[in-house]
Amino acid sequence: MRPTATAPAPHAGDGHRDEETAHRARPRGRRRRGAGFSDGRKLPVWQLLLRYALLLAVLALMIGPFLWQLSTSLKGPGEDIYSYPPQLLPEDWTWDAYSGVARIIPVWDYALNSLTVAVASVLTNLLGASLAGYALARLRFRGRKAALVVFVMAMLVPLESIIIAQFTLMRELGLNNTLTGVVLPGAVGAMNVLLMRNAFSHLPYEVEEAALVDGANVWQRFWRIALPSVKGTLAVVAIFAFMAAWDDFLWPLIVLSDPDNFTLTVGLNYLHGTFADNQRLVAAGTIIAVVPLIVMFACLQRYFFRGVSEGAVKG
Amino acid sequence: MTTATDSRPGAVRRQRPVSPWLFLAPGLLIVSAFSLYPFLSTLGNAFTDNRTLVPGGFVGLANFRELLHDDMFWTGLRNSVLYVAVTVPLLVLLPLLLAMLVRRHVPGITFFRSAFYTPVVASVVVVGLIWVWLLDDRGLVNGILEALGASPVSFLSDPWLLLLSAMLLTVWKGLGYYMIIYLAALTNVPRELHEAAAVDGAGALRRFVTVTVPALRNTMVLVGALSSVSAFKVFSEVYLLAGENGGPAGEDTTLVLLVQQVGTGLNGRVGYASAISVVVFALTLGLMLLVLRANRKEDS
Repeated sequence: MRPTATAPAPHAGDGHRDEETAHRARPRGRRRRGAGFSDGRKLPVWQLLLRYALLLAVLALMIGPFLWQLSTSLKGPGEDIYSYPPQLLPEDWTWDAYSGVARIIPVWDYALNSLTVAVASVLTNLLGASLAGYALARLRFRGRKAALVVFVMAMLVPLESIIIAQFTLMRELGLNNTLTGVVLPGAVGAMNVLLMRNAFSHLPYEVEEAALVDGANVWQRFWRIALPSVKGTLAVVAIFAFMAAWDDFLWPLIVLSDPDNFTLTVGLNYLHGTFADNQRLVAAGTIIAVVPLIVMFACLQRYFFRGVSEGAVKG
Repeated sequence: MTTATDSRPGAVRRQRPVSPWLFLAPGLLIVSAFSLYPFLSTLGNAFTDNRTLVPGGFVGLANFRELLHDDMFWTGLRNSVLYVAVTVPLLVLLPLLLAMLVRRHVPGITFFRSAFYTPVVASVVVVGLIWVWLLDDRGLVNGILEALGASPVSFLSDPWLLLLSAMLLTVWKGLGYYMIIYLAALTNVPRELHEAAAVDGAGALRRFVTVTVPALRNTMVLVGALSSVSAFKVFSEVYLLAGENGGPAGEDTTLVLLVQQVGTGLNGRVGYASAISVVVFALTLGLMLLVLRANRKEDS
């Protein structure tokens, strides 16, 4: 969860309750529609109108820039993108900028690189964090406290302050300028380990005890009983690992030097640096980079929100 | 993985002491190798004159002494501190107001909440480049300013305007994230308090100040801590808007930008960059403790 939620939470204890109640009170948009307000009070009409006016104003501020970028990327060659007053919608729209950007930088290869990095990061985080989280939550052994301390300390180290040492290490391992080198430092996020630990420790003991009596060993209890019970947290870990890897900029910028191996974010920066004056192309490139995440977000929205509250509280 | 074969079914009455460590191995290995070891080696490197390709030797406090006389370092420190000073108050207050706006389940509210969160989902590079285009001398913002009769502003060439634009970008991108944190916390504010205050004739603003804010104080401290730590370590926003040198003559550089500039490349000064990194780490930690301390003092 590099870009969003790596900062340590100062008070893990009291926030937890917030999170639980928040889940219950979370919006179930469609089901609620037309059923009145959740708190049973009706708003006067003028307040409702004022509320919607404000909502629409903020909407324009938050979404408008993306739409403007989309519009720029679709404008035809005959259109003046600098026209005054600004032309909000493309008149003679075309996909030209998208094929154009692919001619200048290998944007689809970059997208594939980003996808590779993101998927690898999801898999390693799911596996590493759930294994470690399970051991920390459920197994009794000497050194458990020490292991926990290692993860907490790792979480407290700001990534930005160790980036040069990470780069030196990658060079020594011969992994600079490789996608493996991009994935490795975030392969098992310490915060994900703590999230998984928290999820496992909230499971009731009884089921696992029954399995223990039946002779299931620790791997079987982990794989067949515990893991299927924490699917929600697994989804949160997966989504945030994907987003962090897909969006990450500073680390890939440092570790990748050969333009062939760039991820999308570094590639876009390169495009911007080299062809800054061709706004249509830059716009097309940014749209290519952002659309997959927006689609993912639209489909899995509640896990994103859940991740924010869990991450902020635990993180 | 050499010692244990703990997977024989039925064999486990008592846990074998080795299996927990097999569970922990991948995670421990990664965080030790790629977080804790680099941290220790940063501490060590800070006292050397190592370069990327040329190993150097121990130089004692020379790097830190050099920092004191390095104008770029002071510029970077100034900008990072300014970044915290400007963005954190905005990021503590604006998302709270936003959360109150989207709190009620009016029809369509799920859409609005998601829409406000979109900038969080997008990569900082994407939103950075979108802003570069918006703030262009001939971009949309200047188009609107002109339409309103104002004169165009060169956001991206004046060092102060550049820094301010980067700060606003950080705020804009963070709004949705902290909004969700506040939204979760708002459900815990007891309604009775609000109603009692309303009965006593307190207006909306007064209720906000006397009921909502005190009830959310812990959350506000959390948001303050999270946003100040990330603001202090700002890199991408400034890098994208102001360029890799941090604006004209490096006037907009930040500490992390400096680390990246000084420490990378074939002739990177690993030792000196590590010294700056140590400063970043120490000040980040200090900032955290400061926020927590301020909170505790109010408690007592």
